[in-house]
Amino acid sequence: MKKTYKIEVDCANCALKMEETAKKVEGVQDATVSFMTQKMKVEFAESADEKSVMEAVRKACKKVESDCEIYLD
Amino acid sequence: MTKKQKKVLYRIIIAAVLMVALHFVPVEGYLRFGLYLVPYLIIGYDILRKAALGIIHGEVFDENFLMAVATVGAMLLGLYNESQGLEGEFAEGVAVMLFYQIGELFQAVAVGRSRRNIAALMDIRPDYANIEDGDGQLEQVDPDDVEVGTVIVVRPGEKIPIDGVVVEGASSLNTSALTGESVPREVQEGQEVISGCVNMTGLLKIRTTREFGESTVSKILDLVENSSMKKARTENFITKFARYYTPAVCYSALALAVIPSVVNLVMGNPANWSTWIIRALTFLVISCPCALVISIPLSFFGGIGGASSCGILVKGSNYLEALARTRYVVFDKTGTLTKGVFQVTGIHPSQEFIETIDRERGSESATITEDSVKDGSMAAQRLLEYAACAESYSTHPISKSLKEAYGQEISADHITDVEEIGGHGVTALVKGMQVAAGNHKLMKKLELTCAEPAEAGTVVHVAVGGTYAGYILISDVVKEQSAEAIGALKAAGVKQTVMLTGDSRRAAEQVAEALGLDQVKSELLPADKVEAVEQLLAGKAPSENLAFVGDGINDAPVLSRADIGVAMGALGSDAAIEAADIVLMDDNPMKLALAMRISRKCLRIVYENIVFALAVKAICLVLGAVGIANMWIAIFADVGVMVLAVLNAIRCLKVKTLSVQ
Repeated sequence: MKKTYKIEVDCANCALKMEETAKKVEGVQDATVSFMTQKMKVEFAESADEKSVMEAVRKACKKVESDCEIYLD
Repeated sequence: MTKKQKKVLYRIIIAAVLMVALHFVPVEGYLRFGLYLVPYLIIGYDILRKAALGIIHGEVFDENFLMAVATVGAMLLGLYNESQGLEGEFAEGVAVMLFYQIGELFQAVAVGRSRRNIAALMDIRPDYANIEDGDGQLEQVDPDDVEVGTVIVVRPGEKIPIDGVVVEGASSLNTSALTGESVPREVQEGQEVISGCVNMTGLLKIRTTREFGESTVSKILDLVENSSMKKARTENFITKFARYYTPAVCYSALALAVIPSVVNLVMGNPANWSTWIIRALTFLVISCPCALVISIPLSFFGGIGGASSCGILVKGSNYLEALARTRYVVFDKTGTLTKGVFQVTGIHPSQEFIETIDRERGSESATITEDSVKDGSMAAQRLLEYAACAESYSTHPISKSLKEAYGQEISADHITDVEEIGGHGVTALVKGMQVAAGNHKLMKKLELTCAEPAEAGTVVHVAVGGTYAGYILISDVVKEQSAEAIGALKAAGVKQTVMLTGDSRRAAEQVAEALGLDQVKSELLPADKVEAVEQLLAGKAPSENLAFVGDGINDAPVLSRADIGVAMGALGSDAAIEAADIVLMDDNPMKLALAMRISRKCLRIVYENIVFALAVKAICLVLGAVGIANMWIAIFADVGVMVLAVLNAIRCLKVKTLSVQ
């Protein structure tokens, strides 16, 4: 199960940090962040609840990069 | 500029004005520090906040941290000097923050702009579809909501939103957004059309054959958007580099601040703390790795965006990077170097037939038009006419090409007693003449001796009125651009060009010679092609890449086995778009050479940036450590290098100058 989310991030380095953070969240199999297209692609682990996982991803990313945003819809 | 960027701009202006003004305000001591603190906080409060948050969350070493430490350090040092009764320097700390913000703003604006440029190049997403309601009124709906089989209306000037078949109307379509080619494509009732094309002249009614999400336009957009997710080796290298680099620099700066002073103390000299701390701070400012971290993905993204505007879809930065190192190019023959359609390439009437026609010429010239006389030999034209008439009932590609070459309407009235003989050919009565057209087995059956042509291709022998009349040669035609493309690939650094084909050796060698290919492997079954590619892969050096170019129809296994799989003429073929790493939307082989040029240019810019940024930083770091470079040079080394690197990276987008011609 893969899904792409629109994000807002200001620098390439911050995008990298978000990517690494997202990968560590439970329920996330793999994540890629493209600074250029401002998109985050998340591959969910099996039986993971997409919504709650993404809430956690968003929270974790906010922690490392205070003014990033992930649009969850 | 976005709202956020405008806000930063105002902050920069206010802080700069305040800083200049303060230079002329005659105040002394701590009051001066307080006054300088105002522009410093205006320009730097968000950096300080982010650095503090970073420390709280355990994310210490980032650029915010570097900048915060450097500027806070500079301010505190000024304060310390002030407390010692010396004149403190506060302008530097403010200036560093100011220039850092200018650089960040510039970067954000430049990146945003090129992102929009690329988006504009790929602006093929249709916003709506028109559906006719009961009263004949058009209603605009979201293309996502259109079900398969719905009839949509596309007016002139509108984009076709969804793949489908024309049910009413005729028009010409502009496919340039998809293929980069400006030649319009004519469509009429019954033809398939692809989403993303712009309808230019007439009203079209189209029955959709796919959902919007499955349509060509959605697939292409998806592909381009995801392409920057596949990162190139160079990009990964920089990421790893930055991970070790930033902490290393921070510890070096700390060492630079502490060790010399301590050594001085031990040696009994004055410690000179402030000098060494200033140097350490300068060192920190210089070291910021932003120039690399930002410019490299920007270069690749620019290259991919520029390529897609030429009808070349690259599925990832890694493939763009690999393409520049391609030294072996393996082509499939049919549909790649050749057109993959059969055409009459030679008409060879027998001597007897020429004489017969010459004799008839005086009496029976009514069926022959003036044009055909001008075109060439009368006998050849007649031979073609007989063959085309005899084959007119067949739908075989060979008979189609005969009819096409003949080019005139064939009236069914003159043709009777058509008999197809499987594996041999066809016999028929054409205008009362017994005509037989087929292979040499048919001629043998009719007890006629036929010529044995030396040229490669399919031969159709023709007998008229019981005598052998000659043969027509039908073969696959080499594309006009193929030879030029091979030459251009060689010029771009390709060592070996290889052609794989299932065709006969003679046909293959003829094509290879005409195009100047280095190697030919003929009479291959599809499975043999994989093996042939394996062999080539085993024989090459690891740093050299092998690209396989096919039409994407039967060669998916080979496409995936090669280092880079290139599908050609992929417009409308999902299988090809799926299987390949690089997709050429039209079937011009010159596009491959163009893709290589774009890739090489992009890589060159990436390396220029890496070398330039690292060299300037290394020099400035050394100068800063020994105290020659001051804070101002440090700001150039950081912001200036980044601005130059970004400007250089933006050149990747400009591929128009590299167009096919």
